[in-house]
Amino acid sequence: MKELLIKNATVYDPMNGIDGEKMDIAVREGKIVESSELRDARVLDASGLVAMPGGVDIHAHIAGPKVNKGRLLRPEDHLRVIQRKRRGLRPIVGYTIPTTFTTGYWYAAMGYTTVMEPATPPLMTRHTHEELNDTPIIDKACFPVVDSNWFVLEYLKEGDIEGCAAYLSWLLRAVKGYALKLVSPGSDEAWGWGGGLRGIDDPVPNFDITPKEIIRGLHRVNRLLGLPSPIHIHCNDLGSPGNYRVTLDTMRCVEDLAEEGRPSLHVVHIQFNAFAGTGWGDLSSGASELAKYVNSHNHVTADLGQVLFDDTTTMTADCPWQYVLHKISGNKWVNHDVEAETGGGIVPYKYRRKNYVNAVQWTIGLEFALLVKDPWKLCLTTDHPNGGPFIEYPRIMAWLLSSRAREASLARINKRARRRSSLDSIDREYTLYELAILTRAAPARILGLKGKGHLGVGADADISLYRLDPESTDLSKEYKVVREALRRAAYTIKGGEIVAVDGEPLNTTYGSTYWVDVEVPERDEERVKRDLQERFERYYSVRLENYPVEERDLRISSPLKIRAEGF
Amino acid sequence: MESYTGVTCPFCGCLCDDIEVSVDRGAIIKVANGCAYSLTKYLNYNRDRITTPLIREGDKQVPVELSEAVERAAKILSEAEYPVLYGWSSTSAEAIGLGIELAEEVGGAIDNTTSVCHGPTTEALQELGLPGCTLGQVKNRADLVIYWGSNPLQSHLRHMSRYTIGAEGRWRRGRDDRTLVVVDVRRTYTARVADYFIQVEPNRDYELITALRMALRHEEIEQDRVAGVSVEDIEELADLMMGCEFGALFYGLGLTMSYGKNRNIDAAISLVRDLNRWTKFVMIPMRGHFNVNGANIVFLWHTGYPFAVDFSHGYPVYAPGATSAVDILSRGESDAALIVSSDPAANFPRRAVENLFKNPLIVIDPHRTVTSMRADVVIPSAFVGIECEGTAYRMDGVPIKMRGVIDPPKGVLSDEEILGRILEEVRRLRG
Repeated sequence: MKELLIKNATVYDPMNGIDGEKMDIAVREGKIVESSELRDARVLDASGLVAMPGGVDIHAHIAGPKVNKGRLLRPEDHLRVIQRKRRGLRPIVGYTIPTTFTTGYWYAAMGYTTVMEPATPPLMTRHTHEELNDTPIIDKACFPVVDSNWFVLEYLKEGDIEGCAAYLSWLLRAVKGYALKLVSPGSDEAWGWGGGLRGIDDPVPNFDITPKEIIRGLHRVNRLLGLPSPIHIHCNDLGSPGNYRVTLDTMRCVEDLAEEGRPSLHVVHIQFNAFAGTGWGDLSSGASELAKYVNSHNHVTADLGQVLFDDTTTMTADCPWQYVLHKISGNKWVNHDVEAETGGGIVPYKYRRKNYVNAVQWTIGLEFALLVKDPWKLCLTTDHPNGGPFIEYPRIMAWLLSSRAREASLARINKRARRRSSLDSIDREYTLYELAILTRAAPARILGLKGKGHLGVGADADISLYRLDPESTDLSKEYKVVREALRRAAYTIKGGEIVAVDGEPLNTTYGSTYWVDVEVPERDEERVKRDLQERFERYYSVRLENYPVEERDLRISSPLKIRAEGF
Repeated sequence: MESYTGVTCPFCGCLCDDIEVSVDRGAIIKVANGCAYSLTKYLNYNRDRITTPLIREGDKQVPVELSEAVERAAKILSEAEYPVLYGWSSTSAEAIGLGIELAEEVGGAIDNTTSVCHGPTTEALQELGLPGCTLGQVKNRADLVIYWGSNPLQSHLRHMSRYTIGAEGRWRRGRDDRTLVVVDVRRTYTARVADYFIQVEPNRDYELITALRMALRHEEIEQDRVAGVSVEDIEELADLMMGCEFGALFYGLGLTMSYGKNRNIDAAISLVRDLNRWTKFVMIPMRGHFNVNGANIVFLWHTGYPFAVDFSHGYPVYAPGATSAVDILSRGESDAALIVSSDPAANFPRRAVENLFKNPLIVIDPHRTVTSMRADVVIPSAFVGIECEGTAYRMDGVPIKMRGVIDPPKGVLSDEEILGRILEEVRRLRG
């Protein structure tokens, strides 16, 4: 299908300032074009339908060794949703850690077209790509975890920002990664000996460098390389009562390095790092303190990490935290340290409405979203599957759009948590325009994906059409209708092709894998090559020549070529 | 002559990637760094090759064109009610993915060698999880290494020198600053070089592990001996484990296939988990075939399950004992079989083998095997890691791209290509 004309949709395209205008959208050769360029288009009548750019998920654990170990750990999860294979489609096996095929189909069903796998261990990223290669429909990318990487720690300890940058440009190319990920910086190296770190001034054993130094160093590296996205950080002390202070420290620690108009830090799943109180008994929300900071500073963006009341699977590279969660929940626990680099931990977990702590967690995510004034600083996530499965995003959308929806849930949660929360006093309801920012425009902008998250001429033709008519539907009162509409897109269009209708995928086709190909000065490249040759085989259990992933190992490779200018 | 370095050996779960291979005039003439198994494979791989596709006619297997063999194989699989597709552990991840698609397409059961090997490991992991790591972590940090029911000096010959006792790591020089413990039913080669050898009575590992867990907690063990081991020795081992800086437990079929099976692994995981209260402790299963872990991994992302997957309902069902190949065959439930890179007729129970031979049988393998000699369709394939490339996953999950260093015999394709053709033909037959 070369040409498509979507007629008379109610369009929300925040990047281009379009707020519910009835418009046509013209598509040609996979891109959005002016209607005048069309010669012989198929016409899709979108009267009564809302159109948004295809959804962009900035943070969801969908592929790689940790995710797959989660599948192994939880055969019981796979019985929750089953659908037999159909013509052109593999069987569907859900729920919190679906098969790779199910992942692609379900995102398309919701009208999402781009998803980021946010934490891959570099040594094992070939595995991540093999799974992404088998994740249909969506465009994707992955972020290598670099904060406990021995080369990084050694370069940063020496203050050698250029060496570290040249090394990471090599690493990003070697593992075909898109952005730099930090997970409780330095903690996994401490965990290599069974320990952890407290706060951002606690030095990493044997390497004598603090998380703060790692964060600042990697921020400077990121800028030097000119990467399209800032560093993504899962803050230290995740899950610990009172940790909002560490989150504030983290955001403050790069204030002086901040550049006008460009975020320095993207804080992932901020809910888990927004705890006030001193223990589980007096746990409370630190959302307002964090929102206050985010409202008054322009160098930080965040994604929510909202929890849902359900049985789900936690999985992060924060190994010390995952061990703690195993101890407090008593649930089964997988741990997998990755030499010289990082690690992963997996623990099933159920968030219960009547559990005080879980109920407080639920209020934190929503409070934060409602208190942050500028939606461009925010993305909607659950840290899938940590807070809940991505297929339930429409529930969160309903809570944001409708204070009634929130009330209905508030009535059922632990009463003490409800009393302590400020949610009851917050009337704010997101508009569809703001929701489109949280789920499309902001993530695309933060990621630096220029063709995504908008419907202007030249954008990739990733478009979602929903059975929603804001003129005849009260989004606040009829939140259940809204939720269902957002759950099953009327049409999902990817690269100009209709890939799903009424929430049902049509076929198993594949999107692109994005990665960054950064060119650095030759002399720095040579220097890093020498360092690699000298140290790699002492640190690792594989040879240097067997470490990199080749471009042809990606099903459809889509590199962003960058030249690092700041050396 | 061409020399290749950094070649990854396609024999066992060690996936040593430092092999040097020299090729001259279409033959491998020299191999360096590999162990005895590695050398044997590289220097003898070309023996007993199947050189052309074969189809059975009466008592004889007659050479045919590849297209005819592919068509016959596809016909057998698509007409079968319940075919079983088995093997997979000695081929590439890419081939395994196609095998799963094929099993889905024909509504059969697909299983890999895990079901007769480390199946109990995956079953115990599904119940408890597992504290593990990659091998380099052990190399760099471990001062205590335990092999339990595993004899690497005879099964994984370079494991100790590359990854554990003999390896030089960032914080460990080598043999001198590491302690080796072996637990086994007899004094194996590995036991002979151990600092501590604990001889456990056959089939009593579960009791021994339980006693160790009690000793960790300073609970009183009322007997003088447990599983043939004195309580003093048990307590000494417990102290050794608690007192180390980084302990690593490697284990094999001595635990998975002795009395208790997955309950033994359950106990071992509980032990290592307990130890993490006092110190850093990890465990890694000693996987046998070079890509059995890859078979688990690929099965998992396609279906959610690591082995023994049944597609007869159009979606994956996992029930080891019911959906595992050896059990399906032993009960005579299947009516056709596809065997890829495996020789079950040489090692499955007699009844399973009888049932295997009763029904149409397709074999894809480089070698003539006991299984292939009775097959109705035989398709020769190339060796992954010698003649063709593909991804394999090491025992600790690290993925490595295997490369070809020499061409396969004329007309011989990779498993990946053959399976792709069979799948295409099956789809064409089904319309």
